[in-house]
Amino acid sequence: MTGDRLFSYYLSLALRSLRNNVALTSLMVLAIGVGIGASMTMLTIFRAANGNPIPEKSAQLFVPQIDNFGPQPGAPPQARDLLPPDLTYTDAQALMQAHLATHQAAMYPTTVSVTPPDARQVPLQGHARATYRDFFTMFDVPFQFGTPWGQSEDDGHAAVVVLTRAFNQQLFGGADSVGRSLLINNRPYRVIGVLNSWQPRPLFYDLGQQNFSGADQLFLPFTRAVDAQMMTSSNFNCDRPGAGSGWDGILRSNCIWIKFWLELPDAQAVARYRTFLNNYAAEQRQLGRFHWAPRIALRDVPEWLAYNHVMPAAVTTLTSVSFAVLAVCLLNAAGLMLAKYMSRSASVGVRRALGADRPAIFAQGLVEAGMLGLIGGLIGVGLIQLGLIGSRAELPQDLSVLTHMRASDFFIAVSLAIVTALLAGLYPAWRAMQVEPALQIKAE
Amino acid sequence: MHWVPILSALRRNKVGATLIALQIALTLAVLCNALFIIQQRTAQSRRPSGVGDEASVFIIDNRWVDEGSDLAGREQADLAALRALPQVADATVSNVHPLGGPVWSEAMLLNPDKPRSGVQAMIYMMDDHGLDTLGLRLVAGRNFHPADVVNRHGLADHAGGTLPGIIITQAAAQRLSARGSVLGRKVLIVPDGVSTTIIGIVDQLMSTPLAGNAPFSQNSIILPYRWADAQIFYVVRARPGQRRAAMAAARSKLYDVSTQRIITDMQTLSESRLDAYRGDRGLAFLMEIVCAILLVVTAFGIVGLTSYWVAQRRRQIGIRRALGATRGAILRHFQSENLLIAGAGVVLGVLLAIVANLWVVRSVALSRLPLVYPLIGVVAMLLLGQLAVLWPALRASAVAPASAARSA
Repeated sequence: MTGDRLFSYYLSLALRSLRNNVALTSLMVLAIGVGIGASMTMLTIFRAANGNPIPEKSAQLFVPQIDNFGPQPGAPPQARDLLPPDLTYTDAQALMQAHLATHQAAMYPTTVSVTPPDARQVPLQGHARATYRDFFTMFDVPFQFGTPWGQSEDDGHAAVVVLTRAFNQQLFGGADSVGRSLLINNRPYRVIGVLNSWQPRPLFYDLGQQNFSGADQLFLPFTRAVDAQMMTSSNFNCDRPGAGSGWDGILRSNCIWIKFWLELPDAQAVARYRTFLNNYAAEQRQLGRFHWAPRIALRDVPEWLAYNHVMPAAVTTLTSVSFAVLAVCLLNAAGLMLAKYMSRSASVGVRRALGADRPAIFAQGLVEAGMLGLIGGLIGVGLIQLGLIGSRAELPQDLSVLTHMRASDFFIAVSLAIVTALLAGLYPAWRAMQVEPALQIKAE
Repeated sequence: MHWVPILSALRRNKVGATLIALQIALTLAVLCNALFIIQQRTAQSRRPSGVGDEASVFIIDNRWVDEGSDLAGREQADLAALRALPQVADATVSNVHPLGGPVWSEAMLLNPDKPRSGVQAMIYMMDDHGLDTLGLRLVAGRNFHPADVVNRHGLADHAGGTLPGIIITQAAAQRLSARGSVLGRKVLIVPDGVSTTIIGIVDQLMSTPLAGNAPFSQNSIILPYRWADAQIFYVVRARPGQRRAAMAAARSKLYDVSTQRIITDMQTLSESRLDAYRGDRGLAFLMEIVCAILLVVTAFGIVGLTSYWVAQRRRQIGIRRALGATRGAILRHFQSENLLIAGAGVVLGVLLAIVANLWVVRSVALSRLPLVYPLIGVVAMLLLGQLAVLWPALRASAVAPASAARSA
């Protein structure tokens, strides 16, 4: 028989064998299905949480960190070597003015009131990001209407705003709103651009509480937001008293609240920027602002995500536990397959006596196992849907956005099911192969 | 005598027995760590906030449309209107609330020369109605007087100022000074740089759900500021049984007073608690599901494999029955066999559980596994084995001596 025909012969043998002992077959298929259902539900969530939010540029985008707090002898040991995650206004301004990267943008989130142009609509709260024009070019942000603002708007502290597609839908019914005006904190702003759908996940440029579901609704010039004394809606951390009073006090303080991203094209540029940061920190020491040796860091996107522990511990725990379930299911299926294969030693003996060689018996065992895996995997895919629906209801809202299966998850699930079944079938098939022809015929 | 046939039968099914023992070991290892996590997360989600009757207190998240002047005056008008509502027992304005919302923490120092000796605590800003609205229990000292209350316009206002007095939680008081009362002591709050005196101590007020079980979790300070900012929380206590009516009345009353506001959210503290601990409860629930799946799969594995062994040994069982073994003896054979396999499994399982716990401690930051959990796991797995083996063992004991002899 040719390979093809041999395989289909094994398949028909396998099908017949599966039908032979329905109870045992169902147990095996269910074991594999349940194992795949549990492990792949969590792996789907894990993979979504582990995604690269900006794959084309994740190695060119960097966060600079400068130690402006100094040694923290009181801090717990695991936090002692950490650098402040954000920058002071002073340091962010210095890096913006140095202008040494291809692109750079200081930024901070703030919540604002937005009064739509239509008087019938009530004012609503908006999640805004104060930043510089480079934000849009650096992160390749797609525009549906209009453009980002330019250098002149940054320099001129202009009252312009960029809306996200969803927010533009809410305010202007999705129409091209460029040139229209709206009130932000009761002051007029002009719409200069509308983004197309854009949802980096995790929200790498502003990690905090809503790493996966968080999103901005509007963007306005940093210079303008500072003029309007818009306070950050995210962390504001200070290490010492004496910030001074009022908005100027906040700007001059040693408190950290500004996030900063920059783009560097290659390793030389990165090395140059590191040197610059070091020199900057050393200079601050000479000026008497820092009383410690310079400590700086420059982290790219994957490093930044790891540094901030973006992967939730709950997801890691559940994923590893769910793979323990898969392991138990594999052991389970292996035991059942062993029972099944050994219970038909007699018919194997007959086939051996009729000329089937050992590799043929082994191959047939594996084909049968693979078939069990395929059926189990398809059942598993159904169970994954159930598992994802359950997880969506149970997990916090920030993680529930991750409970969607992609095509790649489907292929992983089915392949994992077949691999699991083949692993489980390996030893039983090997044992079946050992059956001696003569012995079994005698026994009959 | 009893064990000899069991051991010799097991020797013929080494691999099958090993597979069952391994399943039991893995299930046990996961089970006791999962139970531990479930217990911790559930306990965490029920931690007391210090607030009396959380279901009667609701939070109004209020944002002003403009950031104009005299926010403190507007707040006083709002509070007067809220307190005048017949369904409302009391109301106050705050910068944070105990079951969600933003976190504002600072250090409180008895000795300003030793900045590292501070106690980190949550900063609540509430007027003289704060204690009654939240239903906090004063255990020493006094509440604020209306005259103590000072307007504070935003974060950077009042830095370096003074306050007539603050109220702190007992937990914070104990951390400040293990010996003696701190009532009446002068403290400095940094980085705000505010000097003040401790005038009251409340039993309990949770800092933030985010603190988990950290020591910081019950450290709170109440400062008599009227927090006047673009975004504020009105904290309102409804009269008993009138929460729903109070919420509806409060919303329409506030819009009557001024439409220059956005009420972005309005929920009771018990709803906030559900939201705040959703992750903990969700993790606990998913762990329960995983445990249930594991137990069922392992049980069916035992049923399946033991059934096969029964079928395989029908002849031997028949012979033993013919030689005088009672049905009870056959039943005991399979149950003892399972006990032996499960016994090996639980020994390995306890070792695995301890190893797994070392990893769990590092990743979910919990404490070591208390001994009781492996014990529960061991008992559970041995019982599970006995229950799962019962049906096949009963079938084995039903094998009739005569029929078995005929088939031979």
